[in-house]
Amino acid sequence: MKISFPRMGNYDVPFRYFFSRVFDAEIITPPTITKKTMELGGMHSPDFVCAPFKFNLGNYLEALEQGADTLIQFGGLCRLGYYGELHEQILRDLGYEFDFINLAGMRMRNPKSVWDKFKTYNENLSLETLANALPTTYAMVKQMDELEKHIRKNIGFETKRGEFDRLYKAYLSAAENVNNKKELKRVYHQYHKEIKNVKLTLPKNLLKVGIIGEFYTVMEPFANHFLEKELAKMQIYVTRNLNASTTVFHHDIPKLLKRVQHYVKYDIGATGVDTINSALSFARRNYDGLIHVKSFGCMPEIDAMTILQNISHDCKIPILYLTFDTQTSETGIKTRLEAFHDMILMRNNLDGR
Amino acid sequence: MTIGIPKAFLYYRYRWLWETFFEELGCTVLLSPDTNRQIIKTGATHSIDESCLSSKIYLGHVEWLIDKCDYILVPRVATYSREQIVCSKLWSAYDVVQNTFRSRDISILDYNIDYKQNKNEFLAFLRMGRRLKKRRFSILRAYFMAKQAEKMMNERRLEEQNKLLTLGKAPKILIVSHSYNINDPYIGRPIVERLSLLGATPIIAEIVERNTAVQRAREISPTLQWNYNQELLGAISLYKEQVDGIILLTAFPCGPDSLVNEVIIRKIKDKPIISLLVDEQEGLAGMETRLESFIDMIGGSSI
Repeated sequence: MKISFPRMGNYDVPFRYFFSRVFDAEIITPPTITKKTMELGGMHSPDFVCAPFKFNLGNYLEALEQGADTLIQFGGLCRLGYYGELHEQILRDLGYEFDFINLAGMRMRNPKSVWDKFKTYNENLSLETLANALPTTYAMVKQMDELEKHIRKNIGFETKRGEFDRLYKAYLSAAENVNNKKELKRVYHQYHKEIKNVKLTLPKNLLKVGIIGEFYTVMEPFANHFLEKELAKMQIYVTRNLNASTTVFHHDIPKLLKRVQHYVKYDIGATGVDTINSALSFARRNYDGLIHVKSFGCMPEIDAMTILQNISHDCKIPILYLTFDTQTSETGIKTRLEAFHDMILMRNNLDGR
Repeated sequence: MTIGIPKAFLYYRYRWLWETFFEELGCTVLLSPDTNRQIIKTGATHSIDESCLSSKIYLGHVEWLIDKCDYILVPRVATYSREQIVCSKLWSAYDVVQNTFRSRDISILDYNIDYKQNKNEFLAFLRMGRRLKKRRFSILRAYFMAKQAEKMMNERRLEEQNKLLTLGKAPKILIVSHSYNINDPYIGRPIVERLSLLGATPIIAEIVERNTAVQRAREISPTLQWNYNQELLGAISLYKEQVDGIILLTAFPCGPDSLVNEVIIRKIKDKPIISLLVDEQEGLAGMETRLESFIDMIGGSSI
């Protein structure tokens, strides 16, 4: 059995860790997403489906080319929940032969549900293996989110270029080779310290930008044209609250709704309320601007935009809305980013902060 | 007291329930007019560009009602059960309306249907009645009358459709489209009329025995959770043998349909299918030709 799965950001590391243990099989990681992945996926996808569908399909096609015979789909809170069935159908219609494991509908936070699901695919799975792999993977994702948060903020200001990238890569490969949670903790402490100690040259006047928006397009750098990297190049301090820890592990809608009750009464779907909550919290912390990122046609985020416009008006915080599709022009995004940067810089200077 | 009801989105699913309920409570019901160019234009001005046509139309209708009634009815319908959810556009309808028109000082009458919060229709209507300061007994009475009316009308529509299925002349064309699209005077109605003019019998997928349809849909597509799409998919399975062709009619860019229509095209192989996409700019231009050639093609293949 050769298993593969769609990529998103750096989460292929914990996925690989988890699946190689619970399936006792070879794992084929699809190649890093490139233009080719996007074109392959786009070619076989329905016209106005959201871009993550096309990226996922591209991943599958490239993984199948590399010999994968079992594909996994995770599902999600919105249209993502229905991706799997159509992915499978499209690939079968193309003549591929493979097993498809659709995890949509599995409740990640319910260990019993996870156990039942994986037991059906791997009879030899022992409770001990799962009881070891599940919390270790969980911890790994949380650690990654912590470290990435720190790096995202500071990578534009490192004194010696490339330090963060080097250390983070080293952390990822060390984390992937641990045997249990205890070892992982040790790895984390080591790299956490080193990463926190990377020398920074911070400017006097720090420009802060918050990133909000749709789950996949925010987290997969290729899908947002390496937005965070571009911002770092412009020497901007970048923060986002959206990651796997906050949306998959701790997604407390009632709590979020309480925080945004001035603007929203009901859950508007997927991570829409997260977007509103993040926007408000960035505004409260005096961020210079927000960038809203989503794929074309993303319904909950389109609705969130209506509300963001009011927040932008009330809190006097500029918001740049970026929509990504497989056809989005690189230059178009760059020009808009530069203009946004100029604008928040001017505002910041006027404020004299 | 006047309750304004936007003639869009869930109106077409719940019109009998809503109208009877409010009338039985002694309220006056004010409906917005049929969708027209002006309503679409207003709706689009108030919408985020990428919103689907149906939701733009909805905002147009809501805008029309502002200052003409005491309350505008904007329900929030999210989920009926764990496996039966509704498009997120309807989860957010209340908050989108509230945020879009917040400077216009409107009073919205809302109710919430969401199994996650144990908010079912009965409790939702009871609360809504209390908000209108009606007595508990009158609310209960109005709700049961409204349920009666809804049931009767749904049965009558089914009967009429069944008659068409057996007696209507060929070719019979099944139109698969959300109730708010097929019944909309701008999106679906012209297609239905055109088909009749061309001598075909239009069969409406949305008119179907809902529970049976959902069961059928589960067999064809086990992970499909959008309840309205389940009903449509189930209807295809139920009506397929009795029709000669299928039209998938979608408003651009409908999220659920973007996936489900592709599934339908790939899984239903034994009937001719075309898919028609209506957007804000083009409307129905160019569709007549496609409809005509579709009918020709079907006519040809059945000989």
